[in-house]
Amino acid sequence: MTRNSQESTTGWMMTIPALAVVGTFSLYPALDSFLLSLHRIYLGLPTIGQPYIGLQNYTMLMQDPVAQQAFLVTFGFVLLSTTLEVLLGLSIALVIHETFSGRGWVRAAILIPWAIPTVVASQMWRFIFNDQYGLANLLLFGDQVSNYVPWLASPTWAFLAIVAADVWKTASFAGLLILAGLQVIPDELYDAARLDGATAWQRFRHITLPLIKPALLIALLFRTIDAFRVFDLVFVMTQGGPGDATQVIQFYGYKTLFTEGQMGYGASISIAVFLTLLLLSVLYVRTIGTTLFQREPA
Amino acid sequence: MKKPFLECSLLHVGIILSVIISLVPFFWFIITSLKSQTAVEAIPPTWWPNGNLDAYRSALLDHQLLNYMMNSVIVAGSTTIIALLLAIPAAYALARVRMKGKSLILGGLLSMSMFPQIVIAGPVWEILKHIGGLNTHWGLVLPYLTLTLPLAIWILATFFKELPRELEDAARVDGCTLWQTMSKVMAPLAAPGIFTAAILTFIYAWNEFFFALLILTDPEQQTLPVGIALFQGEFTMPWGELAAASVLATLPLVLVVLLFQRGIISGLSAGAIKG
Repeated sequence: MTRNSQESTTGWMMTIPALAVVGTFSLYPALDSFLLSLHRIYLGLPTIGQPYIGLQNYTMLMQDPVAQQAFLVTFGFVLLSTTLEVLLGLSIALVIHETFSGRGWVRAAILIPWAIPTVVASQMWRFIFNDQYGLANLLLFGDQVSNYVPWLASPTWAFLAIVAADVWKTASFAGLLILAGLQVIPDELYDAARLDGATAWQRFRHITLPLIKPALLIALLFRTIDAFRVFDLVFVMTQGGPGDATQVIQFYGYKTLFTEGQMGYGASISIAVFLTLLLLSVLYVRTIGTTLFQREPA
Repeated sequence: MKKPFLECSLLHVGIILSVIISLVPFFWFIITSLKSQTAVEAIPPTWWPNGNLDAYRSALLDHQLLNYMMNSVIVAGSTTIIALLLAIPAAYALARVRMKGKSLILGGLLSMSMFPQIVIAGPVWEILKHIGGLNTHWGLVLPYLTLTLPLAIWILATFFKELPRELEDAARVDGCTLWQTMSKVMAPLAAPGIFTAAILTFIYAWNEFFFALLILTDPEQQTLPVGIALFQGEFTMPWGELAAASVLATLPLVLVVLLFQRGIISGLSAGAIKG
């Protein structure tokens, strides 16, 4: 054996254990979900067996008004929360990119929402929006107790409460990704612009913004993928309610699979989520790819 | 260069606002955790705690908080150790060894980290049921490994790629095998990366809720997030105890962030930007 092929064999031996774990508990289950989605399976009714029914689960899904509502709620949630997160993340990144005394402490403070378990953050925000003991009512209405709003009992407010909690929890993560983009911009560009008399806004508009566009898109991509999978917040804060106002698709899938035991139909929901995410990622990656490519010749 | 007044005050407003918004919700829970039951249920709410530790005592004694914590330490700890043992050699090989299809594997790992949990949940549950992994800690560690390995491998591969070739070559010339080069020379050099990957894996496993909820239905086995999500009182919602439990569950993470802020920031951005 030549040294190179020997090395390559050892290389594979180093890689395979990790790949085997990921394959068994990620790749295989994903493929299996697809197969399950072609069958009718009720965990509660083992006697009916697991008949193959082709794409029937998918036609059922297309006509399921609850699923449609769940997709709609999810898209609304993704759109609103990711937009706010990237905008806020940009402000956070601009702030912590500056040098000032105590910056380490400020950065740590901003990281805290990211590090707090989502379940804890959800309980915190559930309490903040509590109709009687909550901080939101206290801040808005003080001791005018009769004006207190039962936020989580209203469809619109409950939806916005979940968006608020998500933005609070993850804007700092978006900020970190954008910060990484800011850090590679050479200071000379700003110094030259200052000498030419460019205002702060002009420097931001014509230097910072074009150069961090890839970082912004990456933050948007990561946040979109994550927001699409939102579950913990909904489980803790609203259980999908009131009505179906905050029932996001991953929560509906969870209920179908594990509360109702519809393993086949639930699998078709999860595959639909997967395909939607895939489509979104491809769209984003193509946009990121082209912007990176356009920058190359310059 | 000195900054003009307007720019400077804008920066200060930004700093103060970001810090306040980041910390206020958590402070509100800390204040709540230090109130007595009657003070928690005062309408309108009171601003200041009346310095009472009953909620902490009750969270620890009546709500089995220590048990949840132990379970979380076991699950997050073993996930971190095993994930690193698997990820370090894999990342080293993928970054440094000449192998066909490397970039395909790295790309595949990245896309797998984007899978929605729900798409693997059903079959993972079936597998675990089959091998007796439901309601066990190792049954939860298995999916956690899958979920954390892609990011850990990416971070580590980024670190290995940036290490100088010369040391590696010298080790090989001296007759070290690939395994020895990795474990004796390269891994110690990549220590900051290993450390970052360890922290991120630990935080992920400590915070994960979806799979913990599916796999652990026995309260004796449940981890902190499940305990806190399903927190219940006998008659009313025990907000004081819940706040106390949440503060205790979060303190280890706050400490980690305060101590290792720099490593976390560079690790997160390395995983994202270079990936």
